Amino acid sequence: MHFYAMAKQPIITVKNLVKNYGDFAAVKGISFEVYEGEIFGLLGPNGAGKTTTLEVIETLREKTSGEITVDGFNIETDKNSIKQRIGVQLQAAGYYPNLNLAELIELFSGLYGIDKSPMEMLEKVALTDKAKAKYKDLSGGQKQRFSIATTLINNPRIIFLDEPTTGLDPQARRNLWDLIREIRDQGTTVVITTHYMDEAEVLCDRVAFVDGGHIIGIDTPDHFIDQLVASGFERKKEVKLANLEDVFINLTGKEWREG
Amino acid sequence: MKKYSNTKATLAIAKASFRAILRSPSAVVFTLAFPLIFIVVFANIGGGGVSVDVGVAKGCDTSGRFYQQLKSRKLVNLITDQSTEDMNKNLAKGQIDAILDLKPLVPMQPLEVSVQYSKASGKGEILKSILNNMFYYVQSAELAKIQAYSPLKIPEAVHLKETTVSGRAYKYIDFILPGQLGFSILSSGVFGTAFVFLSLRLTLVIKRFFATPVKRYSIVLGEALARMCFSLLGALFIILVGHYLFGFTLIHGVVTVLNMLVLSAFGLIIFMGFGFIISGIAKNEGTVPPLSNIITMPQFLLSGTFFSVTAFPKWLQYVSNALPLTHLNNAMRLVAFEGAGLGDVTHQLLILLIWLVIVYAVAVKTFKWE
Repeated sequence: MHFYAMAKQPIITVKNLVKNYGDFAAVKGISFEVYEGEIFGLLGPNGAGKTTTLEVIETLREKTSGEITVDGFNIETDKNSIKQRIGVQLQAAGYYPNLNLAELIELFSGLYGIDKSPMEMLEKVALTDKAKAKYKDLSGGQKQRFSIATTLINNPRIIFLDEPTTGLDPQARRNLWDLIREIRDQGTTVVITTHYMDEAEVLCDRVAFVDGGHIIGIDTPDHFIDQLVASGFERKKEVKLANLEDVFINLTGKEWREG
Repeated sequence: MKKYSNTKATLAIAKASFRAILRSPSAVVFTLAFPLIFIVVFANIGGGGVSVDVGVAKGCDTSGRFYQQLKSRKLVNLITDQSTEDMNKNLAKGQIDAILDLKPLVPMQPLEVSVQYSKASGKGEILKSILNNMFYYVQSAELAKIQAYSPLKIPEAVHLKETTVSGRAYKYIDFILPGQLGFSILSSGVFGTAFVFLSLRLTLVIKRFFATPVKRYSIVLGEALARMCFSLLGALFIILVGHYLFGFTLIHGVVTVLNMLVLSAFGLIIFMGFGFIISGIAKNEGTVPPLSNIITMPQFLLSGTFFSVTAFPKWLQYVSNALPLTHLNNAMRLVAFEGAGLGDVTHQLLILLIWLVIVYAVAVKTFKWE
């Protein structure tokens, strides 16, 4: 039982969102709702418009048309209130050069105008022993966990994670899933994009498929799979009770390696 | 919810940026190391102005009063550690300017002085006049002795009266230090600002900042504040090292230092404007150095950093006088050496102000956030 099952209040509402870059239409009229306390996945191939959609909701890009409400605030009139209520992890974003993790947390606290102890934040993502390390010297998994720590500094109502597990090994990926679930269980809504369907299946409470700037389906992963099976779909290969990743985890252990 | 504080955000950026600058080797090298190295090198080269290198011949009598007097002359550099053969060779090449030989003084005999000059050196004439000046005093003293015994007055052909008015010596350090200060501020402002804003843009640090409630002006102001603190601390350090180790003249002491720092700050604001322009037009980090050099090199060479602009041909002086660093350097020298106040350098400040307006008008057009 988690938070999502109890409340179905929309915390983000997107209506007919259109985003054009010059002549190119990246998002062509998308509508969806994200419920408070859920992990919501935006899935789709590269160039489908996932990141653009996220960045418009995150107030980083101007929309061409449409209506967006985030935690009750209109994106056109209340950008700053929204910024104070959300945490954002960007795909491939860097951090201020030459600072260690504790100093970066301190910087972000200042940007949010609040006082947060760096150690408290690093503890949330199990990085206290790296407080004096530079971001560039972290492993892939540590980098992502640190990025997530920076999204939590302002006690956000919603966090946005853009492909947080891309490039991570299976152990680091599972470790990050646990962290994301923990954040959700503490009442923070999570919006995530990913290319990995196995990840979306186990992690997301609901997913939306985006393709060519349109949403082509929104539901829970279970419903999507049940529907497909009910339509008569069968996998070509006989389904085994385990997959190769299970073998990998079984052989190499669950513990996450830094490095 | 507590009201959002832009000041807090600005100061957080300033603090982060200041920490980063202190840890960046290139910032420290350009702002402190290079100017100090130039100061050390040039302060020693230019140190005493002109001097004549005089080889002392083997067997020269160095115990007599005449030799001691010559030794005490600042213009004369007596060389005693070369063999006769080397000395002759060096004289022929003009690497030493003359060879001097004094015979031991024999009572009632004239002092035997032989000097070899070299056509390879033009500075023999200086030694010649020093020696003549000394001979004049020796002969006058001899004459005075004779006069004491003789009732017959010999009329004086020349009555030499030499006095020196008190004044400040304009040392080379007084020229080179303000120039190096200007260079330090120029490179920190242009290179530093361009690099920081370009890399923050390319690595999406600024984009991540924009996902927080921070205002754009906080980012610019925070960065500028950090650079200002760093550059002014650097300037203060250069001034203090110059003053205490190389005797750089500070006419009104602390007031002069403060005036120089105000000028440095003004200069830095202008040069940061160039940095903003470059960060906007540079495509990647590789294009920052060439673009920055286009701004800094001509000023480095033509703005009186190493030698006075007046040494250039007239047409080049027009170019020099158009550059902002020239006027910053001039104002700096007037303040440091002539003891001018900021009110006395309004001409220079006005030209700098015009540059400020031009540079920021362009910067506003070219600066890019993403």
